Amino acid sequence: MFAAENGLKGDPRLQAISDAIRVVPHFPKPGIMFQDITTLLLDHKAFKDTVDIFVDRYRDMDISVVAGVEARGFMFGPSIALAIGAKFVPLRKPRKLPGEVIAETYDLEYGSDRLEMHVGAVQPGERVIVIDDLVATGGTLSAAIRLLERVGAQVVECACVIGLREVKGQRRLNGKPLYILVEPREIDGCY
Amino acid sequence: MLQRALIFSSSNPICSQLPTTAPPDNTVFPKRNGGWIIPFSSYQLPAFRLRNYRPSDSAANRPNMASQDEQDPRISNISSAIRVIPDFPKPGIIFQDITTLLLDTKAFRDTIDLFVERYRGKDISVVAGIEARGFIFGPPIALAIGAKFVPMRKPNKLPGEVLSEEYSLEYGKDTMEMHVDAVKAGERALIIDDLVATGGTLSAAIRLLERVGVHVVECACVIELPELKGREWLGEKPLFVLVSST
Repeated sequence: MFAAENGLKGDPRLQAISDAIRVVPHFPKPGIMFQDITTLLLDHKAFKDTVDIFVDRYRDMDISVVAGVEARGFMFGPSIALAIGAKFVPLRKPRKLPGEVIAETYDLEYGSDRLEMHVGAVQPGERVIVIDDLVATGGTLSAAIRLLERVGAQVVECACVIGLREVKGQRRLNGKPLYILVEPREIDGCY
Repeated sequence: MLQRALIFSSSNPICSQLPTTAPPDNTVFPKRNGGWIIPFSSYQLPAFRLRNYRPSDSAANRPNMASQDEQDPRISNISSAIRVIPDFPKPGIIFQDITTLLLDTKAFRDTIDLFVERYRGKDISVVAGIEARGFIFGPPIALAIGAKFVPMRKPNKLPGEVLSEEYSLEYGKDTMEMHVDAVKAGERALIIDDLVATGGTLSAAIRLLERVGVHVVECACVIELPELKGREWLGEKPLFVLVSST
């Protein structure tokens, strides 16, 4: 669900967050309008507001784990975790985590990739949110949900700054609620 | 590889003292107390006074466990929370795993607080974090001190116009990239990473920022491996670390 439909309708922070995201046409290949959050990270107020909106939502939901998807999930997840008193658990590409891991494979447009998590980082019964910068098809987030459920955790929600058209109208992913701040912009007049 | 093997096999106290028995059943991650993993010395530089500190100063100049009362009391919990994993990514390498620090909410918060206390009010407008573990520590610091966060990334990840800087690895080279319009000449910057070893990665980040006229005030890492002499490689550029692992 989009934040504007869920209590934040008309919140001026959402417009500023959307405006701070740069659209880069034809990256990484022709036809893709890449939603670049690095410009959001340069806007201290908009970046802080992004984190604050997630923190306000999750602070009283008894969340003990924030799981962030490599690499842009790392830019948002830890700040949220610190503010709500939760652990931060990185979900990483293969062979980056040094300890014993469990892995989950997911499909790409061509081929597949794998997401890994340290064994022992999350205990059964813990309440978890998963963070990434953007959800497109939901393949990566679905793999993250599967990883966490395999260790007996309860995925409370998936949270993303940007949600693409494919997920508009879908309130759930793998049966898990999805919380999104903004939609992508097609044409970028600001940068 | 051979050089590093010499460092870690002959004189490294961690290698010679690795336990040969399994940890107790209730231990999820190895701890740094008692006989499991030896405590290592750690120190904290006073604010900006030891700009030219050199590791060639004798080890006696570095506070050891006996004078721990000189260092911030939060440091020992931070160092205890870091997991050491032998032979990763390859035999002979002792890997300093900060993911266990991120599971200790107090120690993680203390880590960020120690950096924020040092850099708040110093007119720093840029925190540059090195992919990927610099992305974990950098943004919370940037948010707390009112600075921008600028990711320094592997090649072909950043979508806009980039500057590239090549740097050496043990075998071969790698490239680091930064968006050209992320920073402006004259800005004051910190560079953050989880660990400094040889200093090659930090040096590449310094060069990238200085190429566009940014003043790099300091490099900051959670962990230093002093035997790899990163501090010397950084030359005059100050380096601040929380924990030193010998």
